[in-house]
Amino acid sequence: MTSQSPPRRPFRWRPDQQWEGYLFILPSFLGFLVFIVLAVVMSLGISFSEWGLTGFKGFAGLVNYQQLLRDPVFWQTFWNTAFYIVTIVPLQLALGLIMAVGLNQAIRGVTLYRLIYFMPVVTTIVAGAIVFRLLLATNGPVNSLLASIYGLFGIPFSAPNWLGSSDFSKWSVVILTLWKNTGFTMVVYLAALQGVPKELYDAAHTDGANAWQRFRHVTLPLISPTTFFLFIFQMIGAFQLFSEPFVMTRGGPANSSLSVVQYIYLAAFRDIRMDKAAAMAWVLFVFIFAFTLLQNYMQKRWVYYESE
Amino acid sequence: MTAVSTAPPTSPTRMSAPARLGLHALLLLFSTIMLAPFVVMLVVSLIPNSAFLARDFSPANFSLDNYWRTFAAVPFGRYYFNSIVVAVSVTVFQILISSLAAFAFARLRFRGREALFLFYLATLMIPFPVTLIPNFLIVKNLGWYDTYLALIVPGLFSVFSTFLLRQYYRGIPLDFDEAARMDGASSLRIWWQIIVPLSGPVLATLSIFVFQDAWNAFLWPLVVTTSENMRTIPVGLAAFVGQYSTAWDLLMAGSVIALLPVLVIYVLGQKWFVQGIALSGMGGR
Repeated sequence: MTSQSPPRRPFRWRPDQQWEGYLFILPSFLGFLVFIVLAVVMSLGISFSEWGLTGFKGFAGLVNYQQLLRDPVFWQTFWNTAFYIVTIVPLQLALGLIMAVGLNQAIRGVTLYRLIYFMPVVTTIVAGAIVFRLLLATNGPVNSLLASIYGLFGIPFSAPNWLGSSDFSKWSVVILTLWKNTGFTMVVYLAALQGVPKELYDAAHTDGANAWQRFRHVTLPLISPTTFFLFIFQMIGAFQLFSEPFVMTRGGPANSSLSVVQYIYLAAFRDIRMDKAAAMAWVLFVFIFAFTLLQNYMQKRWVYYESE
Repeated sequence: MTAVSTAPPTSPTRMSAPARLGLHALLLLFSTIMLAPFVVMLVVSLIPNSAFLARDFSPANFSLDNYWRTFAAVPFGRYYFNSIVVAVSVTVFQILISSLAAFAFARLRFRGREALFLFYLATLMIPFPVTLIPNFLIVKNLGWYDTYLALIVPGLFSVFSTFLLRQYYRGIPLDFDEAARMDGASSLRIWWQIIVPLSGPVLATLSIFVFQDAWNAFLWPLVVTTSENMRTIPVGLAAFVGQYSTAWDLLMAGSVIALLPVLVIYVLGQKWFVQGIALSGMGGR
């Protein structure tokens, strides 16, 4: 895809295109104004108000935010979400990269492998979550498989309650998410790998670099912009997990897998606390924004841009 | 022998036979993990729950019974119809609206253009949960709750699609427009007869991306629908789990019904899907 623009000409105002320009943008702008701009303003307003079943009931200042800080469930969801981020993001980058490097070799069947790895990406997450409820059930196939592997080595096996115990429920969500999204990471990495100039490998080879050294000192730096993008993309995705815990574990047991967005949903539509839910959404936004900025700042240390 | 040899003597990427075998073993292991959930889904959908729990996979147990029972219990046809209406409308109109705006942002010269575009871009960072609650209230106040309008209209305005198309349109030489203008073509005509036909590939990939997103959307349709008649496939499927939490035979049949058409289309048009989804990875380039 060409995102490169030809050398920009200086901006010349064309009076005859003034109104035309606005007309072309109008449909888009109306929707933008209502469903994005108005929505953001409303959301901020609601978070500083008392907003119940009947709508606006008065300004509340910081009350909703103060309530959040005192709400143990809110802290629990933040801890859960932090867990999702620190597990899903690195695991997915590593697995996706391994798959992509494997598929970037001169071997047969690359198209078929890619077809298979990408299949979960096009799958409706709700259907995926339903199958994993079955796979991870106490008497389900995963535990059967584990039992027979343990049995092979004569180790006693006690079946983990993947979905029903707070020790494992978060891991169940992580497993489902990895299954669903790693194919996406793989495809993006594969495109990046194919963009690494072959001459660089030849040169490194001539200099006596072995396969690992070529990977470490040629491939990794050259694909670091992609790693950076995927890192941010997956982090934002992990911050906003909803369907996975919603369908698979219902956030339980005892809120142990409840995500922030799921709690926002419950607060707004089960407890009819739109105000508290809006405040939570803003706290989430601030976190996402801060972490993205932080990563953007840190990237100078590890992301390599060819043009520099 | 010959002085001109095209193949380099030792290509650094060429692998030895054992290494190739090892790689295939690893890739096959990944394939098994990725495919297993689909296989389990299909198998369990074809046998009674009792047979699955007893792990009795004898051929006599296999039948399409679960599918008939699922269709009898849940209006999947209606869910399908809703999902198609919603995903097709969102795709067609979102791309039309975005394309018009992108054309103006990329190729028309008017005051306030850059400022307006920056304003658009500034909202790209806003996560969905922030606009979820107000948009629910807006839709409810418009009297759209539990209608197609609620499912479709808020999805028609995408800053991402506008941005993407604008980037593409900027790459098309402006001389085309100038020449057409000399011949008296209006901007609308330039957009429809020159720019749109020239952007076939990006429109195709973007369509797949948008369609996928609309087809699989879950949280928004969950929030703005209540009657069974308005459910899309993901919402209907989730409600189905609520009713039949451990009736694995029916749940798997329902999942297969929900997935099969999408997977068939995917296998047939793999290339477009992969490109469409990788589109969102363009920010990394």
